[in-house]
Amino acid sequence: MNDFVAPTIDWAAVSPVLVVLGAGVLGVLLEAFVPARARRTTQITLTLAALVASLVAVGLLWERVSEGAVSVVGGSYLLTPFGLGIQAVIAISALLGVLVIADRTTTGQDSFAPAAAAVPGTTYEDEARRAGLQQTEIYPLLLFSTGGMLLFPATDDLIVMFVALEVLSLPLYVLCATARRRRLLSQEAAFKYFVLGAFASALFVFGVALVYGFAGTVRLQGVVQVLADPGTSPLGTMRGLVVVGLLLVLSGLLFKIGAAPFHTWTPDVYQGAPTPITGFMAACTKTAAVGALVRVLFTLAHGLDADTRHDVQVALWVVAILTMVIGSVVGAVQTDVKRLLAYSSIAHAGFVLVGVVGLDEVGSSAVVFYLLAYGLATIGAFAVVTLVRERTVSSDDRAGALGDTTDDGVVLGEATALAQWAGLGRRAPWLTAAFSLFLLSMAGIPLTAGFIAKFGVFSAAVEAGAWPLALLGVLGSAVSVFFYVRIIVFMVLTPPSDDEPGAVVEAAEDAGSVTGPAGGAPALTGTATRAVVARTVVTVVGSRGPAAVAIALCAVGVLLLGILPAGALDLAGQAAQFRP
Amino acid sequence: MSTGFPWLTVLIVWPLVAAAATALTGLGRGRPAAGPVTGGGRFGAGVARTVALVGALVEVVLVVGAFTAFDTGAAGTHQLAETHAWIPALGASYALGVDGVGLLLVALSVGLVPLVILAAWREQGGDHVRLRRYLATVLVLEAFMVAVFAARDVFLFYVLFEAMLIPAYFLIGSFGQGAQRRYAAVKFLLFSLAGGLVMLVAVIALYLQVPAADRGPQTFLTENLTGIALDPTAEKLMFCAFFLAFAIKAPVFGVHSWLPDVTQNATPGTSTLLICVLDKVGTFGMLTLCLPLFPGASRWAAPFVVVLAVVSILYGAILAIGQRDLLRLIGYTSVSHFGFIVLGIFTFTSLGVSGSGLMMLNHGISTGALFLIAGFAIARHPRSSQLIGDFGGLRAVAPVLGGTFLVAGLSAASLPGLSTFVSEIMVFIGSFARWPAAVLVAVPAVVLAAVYVLLTYQRMFTGALTTELAAARDLDVREKTVAGVLVAALVVLGVAPGPVLDYVREPGAVSVELVGETDPPAQAPTGSTDEPATEGSAL
Repeated sequence: MNDFVAPTIDWAAVSPVLVVLGAGVLGVLLEAFVPARARRTTQITLTLAALVASLVAVGLLWERVSEGAVSVVGGSYLLTPFGLGIQAVIAISALLGVLVIADRTTTGQDSFAPAAAAVPGTTYEDEARRAGLQQTEIYPLLLFSTGGMLLFPATDDLIVMFVALEVLSLPLYVLCATARRRRLLSQEAAFKYFVLGAFASALFVFGVALVYGFAGTVRLQGVVQVLADPGTSPLGTMRGLVVVGLLLVLSGLLFKIGAAPFHTWTPDVYQGAPTPITGFMAACTKTAAVGALVRVLFTLAHGLDADTRHDVQVALWVVAILTMVIGSVVGAVQTDVKRLLAYSSIAHAGFVLVGVVGLDEVGSSAVVFYLLAYGLATIGAFAVVTLVRERTVSSDDRAGALGDTTDDGVVLGEATALAQWAGLGRRAPWLTAAFSLFLLSMAGIPLTAGFIAKFGVFSAAVEAGAWPLALLGVLGSAVSVFFYVRIIVFMVLTPPSDDEPGAVVEAAEDAGSVTGPAGGAPALTGTATRAVVARTVVTVVGSRGPAAVAIALCAVGVLLLGILPAGALDLAGQAAQFRP
Repeated sequence: MSTGFPWLTVLIVWPLVAAAATALTGLGRGRPAAGPVTGGGRFGAGVARTVALVGALVEVVLVVGAFTAFDTGAAGTHQLAETHAWIPALGASYALGVDGVGLLLVALSVGLVPLVILAAWREQGGDHVRLRRYLATVLVLEAFMVAVFAARDVFLFYVLFEAMLIPAYFLIGSFGQGAQRRYAAVKFLLFSLAGGLVMLVAVIALYLQVPAADRGPQTFLTENLTGIALDPTAEKLMFCAFFLAFAIKAPVFGVHSWLPDVTQNATPGTSTLLICVLDKVGTFGMLTLCLPLFPGASRWAAPFVVVLAVVSILYGAILAIGQRDLLRLIGYTSVSHFGFIVLGIFTFTSLGVSGSGLMMLNHGISTGALFLIAGFAIARHPRSSQLIGDFGGLRAVAPVLGGTFLVAGLSAASLPGLSTFVSEIMVFIGSFARWPAAVLVAVPAVVLAAVYVLLTYQRMFTGALTTELAAARDLDVREKTVAGVLVAALVVLGVAPGPVLDYVREPGAVSVELVGETDPPAQAPTGSTDEPATEGSAL
């Protein structure tokens, strides 16, 4: 105990995480030393380079890890094939997400407030805007968050997992508050996310404490050993401790996944956060959290006796069913595109959990593929949302208002009310086609990635004997098809409202009647929307490149994974060689 | 298995190429910056139509080629087979192949498309951009239709079965002419998807019925899933799931309510493709998947299915009589006819099953003719009214229209001498051997069919000419071509059904064998059959 021996660290194995975190630190320094004009370009280049490097590192490690898990510092960092697969999905999603974040569109503005700390509506905020300030700190924040996500599913140590949880969450709380428009909504979202996130973290830590009390260690492997041989720990016979602890840890993770009953933050946060951040968050956080959940669950499941295992599975069943039902049913009455996508992401959390309940390898392979398919469609969909904007109408602007020109009238924030999307198919056929493709993939229509993904998780469930769950999942997905198709109906089948403001109002009312079951509360927002719509028309702004590339990549990915999924399925299969 | 020229792949890929070409005719015409709202010159539209038509005609030539490569002597086996690895991890392969019935249905799809394109020549209210997109979507749908009839892999079949809903959905919702087309499109999609998703669970369950040791990269091939030992309860459940999906598609009574809405709101061309071809996937699926995969459950369910079929037959016919909307009426007649097809399949006699196979083809031609010719009549109405009551005396100004409509209508009522008679009599005789009571109850539907056809004809074409229609002209050359081809097909196949029967006879026998039944011994030849029926009963 007297001699300090420096541990030998396998730096290569840690490289996917280290590259990203290191680039984050570097980014903070750049923020201080690089002149303002070059800052944005430098930051974006650094961020993309770091993520690509991380992806390359994952690729290089693939062969080695598929021969056996690599454990660093006694399991503080444990790279299993599954963890590596999740890291690959996170890196890909983050890369696409950053492309969307970096796009300033033809309006020349990105989605972020010039001075996030400014109180909305104050002169200070006005001055900051006029001075053309921009937030380039978001890129290091993104890198830190991504680093946390990469670490999250790749550890055997619950404390490290908790640190990763915080490293990924804290930057996200900040990022949520930085929207350029609807600042109050954005800050409210961040606050909500922060408070509820802190609560979830507390549950997680408490769970870890109970597990530690039971096993005397926070290493999952150690817990499994104690479960097998209770005598090795003073409280090793108090099995209740570990079960309650496990459930609390799971609660913390399910919060991050956005599964019911821990889902309530999702719609508000997804709506309030800057849309590119929402896309990033929806795809990457969920991937990382599902990865960690599978890691904890599958490892401990090996140690649990049949009864306890069954109890945990019942809990998962309930969560999965609740999540699917709430996501699909409540999603069906939403009138805001971002909220709707938020409920869709809740429903998807339920579908992923359907694949997890079997607690076997088939399930984990299906989960990896599902997360990739989901990530591509989600980032693509939110990227499209960033480009559909409101524009003020000047009185002499009626003739050319249908065009894509942004010279006349001021382009405002995103047009997120579903009614405003009517007839988008005529204005922007390609964008509409891409968005429809993403929605069809989320709905699980064959020849898109979403179908193969759903097929995978449902097969895993049926194989595990959970066919009622699969049947419910299938019915839930039929309901969710209804609301995805509703958006397509609006975009493609509903005739575009003329640009006369009066006509737009009519369209909004028409949409209100279509979305009738929304009931009382949405009727209020409906009125508000109508007031806005009367002064603005919907326009589609051009991308400056990165977002268009991201959308195109997502669309190609969704189609390729749908039509020729063999290669990706093989990789997912390799990733599922789960060695706890 | 892959030998010779990949006819089926070519038949699938070519319409996609043609669709792309049709869509691309819109490029490079100097689209105005304001976006293609109503833009596009006459020239551009003309090119799009021509490209689409030529593409569809080339496809017809290709299908003729496929026929020459098909050995009629072995029509009961899957020919023109191609098998390639697709998703080995899931056991799914890209496996194609057709037996006689499949080939006839492929031919039906391919044959109807150029007629639909011709019929749509002036549709979409003169909006050429819409017309171009419509035609491109039709061609995409054609590729899916060919593929689904040619799929020899359950997974591939399922994927196509669901994926083809998307072009069909847009054909109804985007390009329909009815006021409620969006409602109809969503209803169609939700009905079909709900059935399809339930089927998905059964597809997964079926895969898992294969012992884990035997699962390989080609597990989903239909022949590999045929004859595996199934748990009886699971088999029944899986049969029900498959049957539900196919019954919604077909549509059978109880889950048919989407169909009249669709026919009322879609263009006649879309309805033709949907009802005459796409819905055949339902009955085709019953024949090629339900029966061979779940023989025990098929025998178990047959009495229920037969009752459902008979109810469909009568219900469709009775409701058709009461319809005021012409296209809705045709929709209901199809419910009745699909009842006949389902009845024939579940007779488990080679005569009944092959009669159903033939009826799938004949119903396609007959109903296609009805839809398209009805579309011509509606186009002549100044308000494009679909209500039968808005017409009257049309024969006086449009005799050819009236005549072809009558022939098409009578074919729906199975007049001897027209092709539908042959198949219907085969189904009746085949069923009589197994379910005499069902036949006795269903036979009056023939009379009901005569009622709805003749009443409609009488109201629309005879009597005093309504003033609105005074300026109507008879069919032009384009329309005469469409109507002529279909009527000629009805007559030729009615008078000389022999060659076509060669394609359905063996598949019918094979299906009966797969389901584990044998033909009832005493098949009394009906005395008063004319020439075509003798052909049929000689089987």
